[in-house]
Amino acid sequence: MGVFKIGKMIISSMFNKPATLMYPVIARVYTPITRGHIDIAMDGCIFCGICSKRCPTHAIVVEKPTKEWSIARLQCIQCNCCVEVCPTKCLAMANTYSPSVTERSMDTFVQAPKEDVPKAVVDATTDTPTA
Amino acid sequence: MGKRTIIPFGPQHPVLPEPIHLDLVMEDETVVEAIPSIGYIHRGLEKLVEKKDFIEYVYVAERICGICSFMHGMGYCQSVEHGMGLEIPRRAEYLRTIWAELSRIHSHLLWLGLLADGFGFESLFMHSWRIREKILDIFEATTGGRVIFSVCKVGGTRRDMSNDTLKDIVKTLTNMEAEVKELCDVFVEDYTVKSRTVGVGVLTKQEAHDLGAVGPMGRASGLPSDMRLLGYAAYDDLDFEPIIETAGDSYARTVVRIREIYQAIDLIKQAAAKIPDGEISVKVTGVPNAEIFERLEQPRGEVIYYTKGIGTKFLERVRVRTPTFANVPPMIKTLQGCDLADVPILILTIDPCISCTER
Repeated sequence: MGVFKIGKMIISSMFNKPATLMYPVIARVYTPITRGHIDIAMDGCIFCGICSKRCPTHAIVVEKPTKEWSIARLQCIQCNCCVEVCPTKCLAMANTYSPSVTERSMDTFVQAPKEDVPKAVVDATTDTPTA
Repeated sequence: MGKRTIIPFGPQHPVLPEPIHLDLVMEDETVVEAIPSIGYIHRGLEKLVEKKDFIEYVYVAERICGICSFMHGMGYCQSVEHGMGLEIPRRAEYLRTIWAELSRIHSHLLWLGLLADGFGFESLFMHSWRIREKILDIFEATTGGRVIFSVCKVGGTRRDMSNDTLKDIVKTLTNMEAEVKELCDVFVEDYTVKSRTVGVGVLTKQEAHDLGAVGPMGRASGLPSDMRLLGYAAYDDLDFEPIIETAGDSYARTVVRIREIYQAIDLIKQAAAKIPDGEISVKVTGVPNAEIFERLEQPRGEVIYYTKGIGTKFLERVRVRTPTFANVPPMIKTLQGCDLADVPILILTIDPCISCTER
């Protein structure tokens, strides 16, 4: 009986696909809700600091005066809390895991000055010589 | 009486998934006594309750163990909810039950793999973990995480499952049942496997009772103890009987866990059929101000959660009595008089989780 069992197994193993993924040749498919790392769309951020207050590991630092939003990637536990509480929905949970790092550092994002502000400055400077 | 020697076993040993140290007092090839010592993986998680408020502590509770992470979160949430008199929605209780039973399947398959690896049957180990991978995929699709789910919160759950997802889960489990059967037949019927488990480490019903064996360890010796019968979460609506074997040896423990995989699949099917619609969480107001004991059935056995609230947002004390801690005395009992070659199997058959035990 053992011969039949092992025979069946050998034949099925010859024709079946491998059980493992040939990573990295074939990329892993993540589910839509896989919690990989936190992404921020800086344009939408209003620097209210709720994400920083609600973060259970205190991984997020929000600096309103300098318009900086920083996250300590190694401290973040991907609990999705900040994404849930963000009032402007500018935080999102990305599917891919954050890349490896060699030291403990903060990932800092700075909000670019608003479009209309530099325009006004440029206009003012260009306007002045002509005027 | 021959000359006695002491063999130190662990904390680093190929067969041990986690660090525990045993001093084995040997007479020739026979173990006369085993003296355990723990303390290699203590992380002070209970103390953290002073720094994290009772809502944030769920994340810490989940990290007590990587295998029963969901049930630790669930036990903590239940004890806090009972302490605050919170009534959580029925749908949330069903969702918790489904995730808890999925955890049971994944834990038992993991354990079967470790057992196979323990007696040197490596391809069986790989096949067990191959099947387990499908459960992890279900977890990833429904919670977003493979190990730490972060879906349990005080007051309910943080994510819902659509009815289509539930149908998919039931379909996956139905397909998986045949694979599990093919795998488990080897554990139950194979001559070589049986030669390592049958009659090894017998624990009688009386010994199991006296030494306080819990979970599959106790049930394999005939103790009808299953905390799910208390009817927490949605278990009061589901139809099941605790799985009991009477032989009390390593083989019986294996069979109990194998039968529990089928039982868990059945429970998930029942829950998926009966799950009501509605909300998944309630708003939490106020702070816990009560002392509560909560008992849950984890894959490894009964876990006790004790929380003491003093009317502030920080709990005064959280205490967890984990199943492995309760199962160490029965393990020492089974080790007495066994062969040195059987020691790894006997340690594995209690399904040790030292991270839980030391926290």
